[in-house]
Amino acid sequence: MNAFEYASPQTVQEAVELLGPGWQDSAVLAGGTDLLSLMKDGIVSPRRLVNIKRIRGLDRIELIGDVVRIGATVTLEQLLRDATIAARFPSLTQAAAGVTSPQIRNMGTVAGDLCQRPRCWYFRAGFGILATGPDGEPLVPAGDNRYHAIFPEGQAYYVHPSSLAPALIALEATVEIHGPQGTRELPVEELYRIPGSNNERELNLGPREIITAITIPANGVKNATYEVRQRQLLDWPLATASVALRLSGRKVVSARVVLGHVGPRPRRATGAEAVLNGAELNEQRIEAAARAAVQGARPLSRNGYKVQLAQVAVKRALASLA
Amino acid sequence: MAEKQRGRASDRLRSGISRRDFLRGSGALAAATALRTATEAAAAPAGAASVVGPGPVPVTLTVNGQTHRLKLEPRVTLLDALRNHLDLTGAKKVCDRGTCGACTVLLDGAPVYACSVLAIDAQGHKIETVEALSPDHPMIQAFVDHDGLQCGFCTPGFVMAAVAFARQNPECSEEDVCRGLSGNICRCGTYVGIREAVVEAARKMRGAANA
Repeated sequence: MNAFEYASPQTVQEAVELLGPGWQDSAVLAGGTDLLSLMKDGIVSPRRLVNIKRIRGLDRIELIGDVVRIGATVTLEQLLRDATIAARFPSLTQAAAGVTSPQIRNMGTVAGDLCQRPRCWYFRAGFGILATGPDGEPLVPAGDNRYHAIFPEGQAYYVHPSSLAPALIALEATVEIHGPQGTRELPVEELYRIPGSNNERELNLGPREIITAITIPANGVKNATYEVRQRQLLDWPLATASVALRLSGRKVVSARVVLGHVGPRPRRATGAEAVLNGAELNEQRIEAAARAAVQGARPLSRNGYKVQLAQVAVKRALASLA
Repeated sequence: MAEKQRGRASDRLRSGISRRDFLRGSGALAAATALRTATEAAAAPAGAASVVGPGPVPVTLTVNGQTHRLKLEPRVTLLDALRNHLDLTGAKKVCDRGTCGACTVLLDGAPVYACSVLAIDAQGHKIETVEALSPDHPMIQAFVDHDGLQCGFCTPGFVMAAVAFARQNPECSEEDVCRGLSGNICRCGTYVGIREAVVEAARKMRGAANA
């Protein structure tokens, strides 16, 4: 790991001022569970780390009116154990429980989960976010792509590893971002972008911006997350689905279905939502929604199995609400 | 096997010196040079937002009830500070990427990967390492009794994760142990012994002083 400067500000304002204009200048340090590994591997080498864990008020979960506000440095363990969250957003509790290492949950933060870098082994081995060879050719389609995207976008074949993002998108959550220009809000759904080159990042976030909180409308939607896994513990899931349904009896008034670990950003399954909207939530509908969720999938040479697993995730998440 | 293990543990107690104690005799001198006086630490730049590093800066760590004043670069992890600067080699460096659990220590009672925490960030927290446990601690004894180890390299991390888990879950089942210790791996595959050991030790630790 290259040497770096370190600062531990007490306010968000100070933290923003300590960040530099380029990605190589500085990085925000929260739990560090991903950042420090990336730095040890030389994948990123920021000249300064700005620790945000000592900023007061960022480590709280609050119910304010009909909105739940989760501070950026709330740990995954805090989220997992929070009664306010468990009562309203079981899909988030289930997603946090899916981070199956107490040590990671004790340090890892909710904002860190959203901002962690892809686990693509080509990226982690230094081939860039788009995993390209010496002539710029993509390595994933002809390589070992067993855990890669079945919904690739542009030149991006990695899957986004966030556990919480699919659930937050289904729940219509928003991130609160502080930067030199002040505060802005962004739906979690719009936080992710597809990099056009290896020099670009996969987040709609500037080098001088910090996610300070996540807000979720507590509007009574029924919600669930289901993760399909190979190992039950200490590993990433293979495919996940988070669903949020507004129900009137057994009738679905409106549905949001989001797939995780199938593409470079969490994927809204709008086809599945259309199948569910206005329909009765029964076995046939659930089957049809799962089929619609993977329509248009373009699996690679070794990950066709994920098409089936993504359907299973959708079915089980929906069935848990039926 | 269990008999043999226990025999070795008592040999160590009788002679008062282990192979490790001998080997680290030379390291202790080097570690001592890393220690700095309290006066120097107090002279550190004030103000929380001041930028420090990349060179060595004063770092104060509270490990197993003792305060240590060190001078470390900000990039030094808690694991490297413990092993290379404080001569506490119980926490092991294996993957160094927050995946295997061999470096597990407790931060304010909660298990964390010491390889994935900066030493400078661990200031102000209570750090517990395996060295804090006496050799007759119920968890250590249970690991010996149930053959919860073979090569032993993952054991200190497992024991610390298990102690933290057992303090919270005295009435745990083997199934609970699987989930509670999911952040540690043993490549010798001694999981069966570890599960039994933790269930037994958790019950013994309840109400025991200094457990």
